[in-house]
Amino acid sequence: MSMVTLQLGQCGNQIGPDLFGILSSDALHGPRRSYGAASRERFFHSTAHGDLVARAVLIDMEPKVIKQSMAKAAASGTWRYGDASHFSQKQGSGNNWANGYCVHGPRHREVVEELVRREVERCDRLAGLMAMMSVAGGTGSGVGTYITQCLRDTYAKSFILNHLTWPYRTGEVIVQNYNSVLTLAHLYQLSDAILVHENDMVHKICSQLLNIKHISFSDVNRVIAHQMGSVLQPSLSADSHGDYSRNPLGELVSTLACHPEYKLLSVCTIPQMPSSSIAYSTFSWPGLLKHLRQMLISNSKMEEGIDWHVHPHVASERPRSLTGTSFNVSLANLLILRGKDVFSTETGGFEDPALYTSWLSSKEAFNTWKCPVPFNKYEKSATLVSNSQALLRPLDTMVGKAWNMFASRAYIHQYIKFGISEEDFLESFTSLEQVIASYTQLS
Amino acid sequence: MTQSVVVQVGQCGNQVGCRFWDLALREHCHVNKKGLYDEALGSFFRNVDSRKGDETACGVGGRIQNLKARAVLVDMEEGVVNELLHGPLHDIFDSTQLLTDVSGSGNNWAVGHMTYGSAYREQIVQKLRRAAEHCDCLQCFFLIHSMGGGTGSGLGTRVLSLLEEEFPEVCRIVTSIYPSVEDDVITSPYNSVLAMRELTEHADCVLPVENQSLVDIVTKIQHMSHGGKPGLMIKRDSSIISGQGVLVGAERPFDAMNNIVANLLLNITSSARFEGSLNMDLNEIPMNLVPFPRLHYLVPSLTPLYTLADVYIPTRRLNQMFSDAFSKDHQLIRADPKRSLYMACALMVRGNVQVSDLRRNIERLRPSLPFVSWNQEGWKTGLCSVSPVGHSHSLLALANNTCVKPTFMDLRERFNRLYRKKAHLHHYLHVEGMEQSCFSEAITSLSSLIEEYHHLDVNKGTLMHDTPRLSICR
Repeated sequence: MSMVTLQLGQCGNQIGPDLFGILSSDALHGPRRSYGAASRERFFHSTAHGDLVARAVLIDMEPKVIKQSMAKAAASGTWRYGDASHFSQKQGSGNNWANGYCVHGPRHREVVEELVRREVERCDRLAGLMAMMSVAGGTGSGVGTYITQCLRDTYAKSFILNHLTWPYRTGEVIVQNYNSVLTLAHLYQLSDAILVHENDMVHKICSQLLNIKHISFSDVNRVIAHQMGSVLQPSLSADSHGDYSRNPLGELVSTLACHPEYKLLSVCTIPQMPSSSIAYSTFSWPGLLKHLRQMLISNSKMEEGIDWHVHPHVASERPRSLTGTSFNVSLANLLILRGKDVFSTETGGFEDPALYTSWLSSKEAFNTWKCPVPFNKYEKSATLVSNSQALLRPLDTMVGKAWNMFASRAYIHQYIKFGISEEDFLESFTSLEQVIASYTQLS
Repeated sequence: MTQSVVVQVGQCGNQVGCRFWDLALREHCHVNKKGLYDEALGSFFRNVDSRKGDETACGVGGRIQNLKARAVLVDMEEGVVNELLHGPLHDIFDSTQLLTDVSGSGNNWAVGHMTYGSAYREQIVQKLRRAAEHCDCLQCFFLIHSMGGGTGSGLGTRVLSLLEEEFPEVCRIVTSIYPSVEDDVITSPYNSVLAMRELTEHADCVLPVENQSLVDIVTKIQHMSHGGKPGLMIKRDSSIISGQGVLVGAERPFDAMNNIVANLLLNITSSARFEGSLNMDLNEIPMNLVPFPRLHYLVPSLTPLYTLADVYIPTRRLNQMFSDAFSKDHQLIRADPKRSLYMACALMVRGNVQVSDLRRNIERLRPSLPFVSWNQEGWKTGLCSVSPVGHSHSLLALANNTCVKPTFMDLRERFNRLYRKKAHLHHYLHVEGMEQSCFSEAITSLSSLIEEYHHLDVNKGTLMHDTPRLSICR
C-alpha cells in the first residue's frame, strides 16, 4: 500500500529529503525483491522513464527551503520530488501560529488540497497520510495544523499520522511554547497518532553516540530520518503471512493508539553509531534487546548512560506522583526488528505485565514486527515505538512555561491580531492538561 | 525573497539614510562579484534599464543596469536632498522618490505633523504606493528620523501613521535619533514627547538611538586610533564609523555618527538580504521581542566597534564580542541593560559563527542577565553567513529592556520644565489643528509608558509565584 507524505514548513521540508533518501537507498540495495518492491510502492511512484518520484507534497510559505530540498533530491540521482508537487509563497509566517492557522492556511487551502488530491489519486491503494512538521515556528505548526484539519475533512476514513519535531528547550523562537501548545491541542483532536522527536534528545544522540563535534541541523535531521525509516519500511507482523505490502500507518495506529486519550508516540533505536565504526562492531540480539528494554523503562533515548537501577514495580506498590517515580509505564509498545536472525529472537522481556497499565493485557499491549532485511547499513537493528509516559515530562514543562507566559498575557496581542482569542488559548491549555493528567494516571 | 522600503524624513533622517545606502552598496559590491542583479540586491534595490524608461525593471538574474534604492526621501528643506542629488549617490534616486519644500518646519513638531502633514498627504501616500508597487513581496518599512527637530519628528511620525493606514499588514520598524541634553533646539523636548506618542501608538518596533551615545562611541574609537599603543592598532576600514571604500569621499562632521546608525540598519537587514543557516525574518523581530504592544522600544548595541590589527586568539575575541554587546559602552542609548530587566533579547550574528558558539555564549552570559520571570529563555537568534566589510564577524543585540525608562523620564523632566512655564507654547498653538490637548495627551501617554516599565521593574525583585495551573477533575 502507499502513503502520501506532506512536508510542512522549514523543518518538515528539511527532514523530508533525508527520509526519502534513506528509504530509496535502502530499497534499492535491499537484496529481497519483495521488500524493495513493497517499499517503493509505499513511498514512490515511477515515471515512464523509470524515475523514482516521492509520494510527497512540499508546502512552505517561503521558497528557499523547498528549493533546497528539491535540489537535494535531484542531486541524489536515485529519486526526486514531483515537478509540480510543491507550493510556496514569498513571505513566512513570522513564528506566529495564528498567522499560519488563520491567514496562510485558509488562503491557500484549495491549492494545497489539489496537490494532495493528485498525489492520492496516484496511489492504487492508499494507506494514509503523514504530515511532517515542527511545532515551534509559524508555518509548520500553524499551516500544518490547518492543513491536517482539511485532510481530516476530506479523507475522513484515512489514517493520518503527524510527525512532530519538538524544539530545543532553549530554542530559537521565543514564543515556541505557545505555538507548541496550540498545535498539539488541535492535532490531538484530528490526528490518529502523533509521532514525536525531541530536538534535545536527538542532539544528545548526535554528540554522544555519533561523536559529531559541531552539530548542525542537518545532523539532527539525519538521525530523525533514520529512526523514522526504520519504523516505516516494510516488515512482517504476526498475521501478515509473509506479505510486506500491508498498511504501515493503519497497523501502527491500531497497535499503539488504542485509546483516544493517548496518542503520543516516541521512538528509540538501537544501535546508533558513526558509520565508520559499524564495520568493526558485532551485536547480539539478547544484548541489544536488554539495552532497549532498559531504555524503555528508564525512559532514556540512548543506550549510553542508562539508569540500570530502575525496575518494574509490583502493581500494588506503584507510586502515584509525577515526580516520585522514574519508571516509565507504557500503554503499548511496538518492537521492530530488522536484520539477521530476527525470527529466532526472544522478545519475552517486553511482555512483562509490569511494564504496562493494569487495564490492558500485555498480549494486546505489545507487538513485534520483523524483517530479515538489514536496514540502512546496520546488520541488526531494533526500533521501539512506544506509547508511554516518555513524553509526559517534556510536555508538562512546555505547557508550564506557556502557562506562565499566558498568566502575564505576554505576546497574546500578536495572536489576537490574526484572530485567535484568549478563550482559544484557554481551551488548548485545558485539553493538554487533560492529556497530561491521563498519562500521569498510567502509573 | 522579500523587499523592504526605507522612508527617510528630515535632515537627520536623510543624512543617516544616505550613509546607509552608501554602505549597503559597498557591502553588496564586496559580496556580489559577478555584477549580476541577485535576490540579495533586490531586497533593497531595483534594477532599472534606463533606456527603456523607469517602469521597466529587470528581473533577478540579469546584469546590473541601473540600481535604484527602494526609498522615499522627504524633507521640508532642499539642502540635504539637493546635496544628495548632486553627490555621487544621485544615480540611485530619481525625482519621483523625492518630496521637498523650501521653508522647513522651524523646529516645530506641529508644523511638520499638521501643516505639512496635511498639505503633502496625498503626495506622500502616492510616493509610498509607488515604492510598494515596485515590490514583489513587501515585508517591511524602515522609517529613519530624528525626534528633536520639526520635520523628522513631526512629519516623520505623520508618515508613520499614513503607513499604518495604507499598509496595515506591513511591518513598521522605526529608527529614531533622540536629541542630547544640550541640544541646540530649545523646543526639542516638546517635539520629542509629541513624537513619542505617535511612535508608541503606530510603530511595530522602535530602535532608539541617542545622539550622546553616538558621540561617546566616536570619541572612543578616535581615541583608540590616534593615541593607541603599538599592537593595538585598529585595522583599516574596520571601525563602524569608517566610511572607507564608499562613494562619498570627503567626510562631513556627522558622518562618523551617522555611519554607526547606518551599520545598525545594515545588520538588522542582513538576514533579509543574505543567506544564513538560521534566518531571521524581519517580521519575526516584533513577534518575538514585543510581548506587550506598547513596550516595543528595542535598545540596540553593536559589536565589535572596530577590529584590532593585532591577532588575538579568535575564540576569545568571539566571546568578547558577545560580552561587549551587554556592556554599557556599546549601547546606542545611554543605559545599562544588565542592571535592568530584560523582557526579551535578540542576537543577530553575522559572519563565521556557528550555532554552537551562539548557544555557548548565551549559556555563559545568562546568569548575569536579569530576565522577567515568565521569559527566562527569551532569546531570539539569527545567523547570517555574510560578514560586514572589514570584519570576520559582528553582532547586533536588540534588547527589550526596562533600561529605556531613565531616558524617557529624563525627556519627561525636560518637557515639564518648559511646559510648566508654557514656554514657546504659542508657536505650536498657532498651527491649525494643534490644540493644547495634544500636549497633555502626549505627556500622559509617555507617563503611562514609563509606568508600564516601572511596574515590570518593581516586580522583578519579588519572587513571582507561578500561577497555579489548570487542574483536571479525576
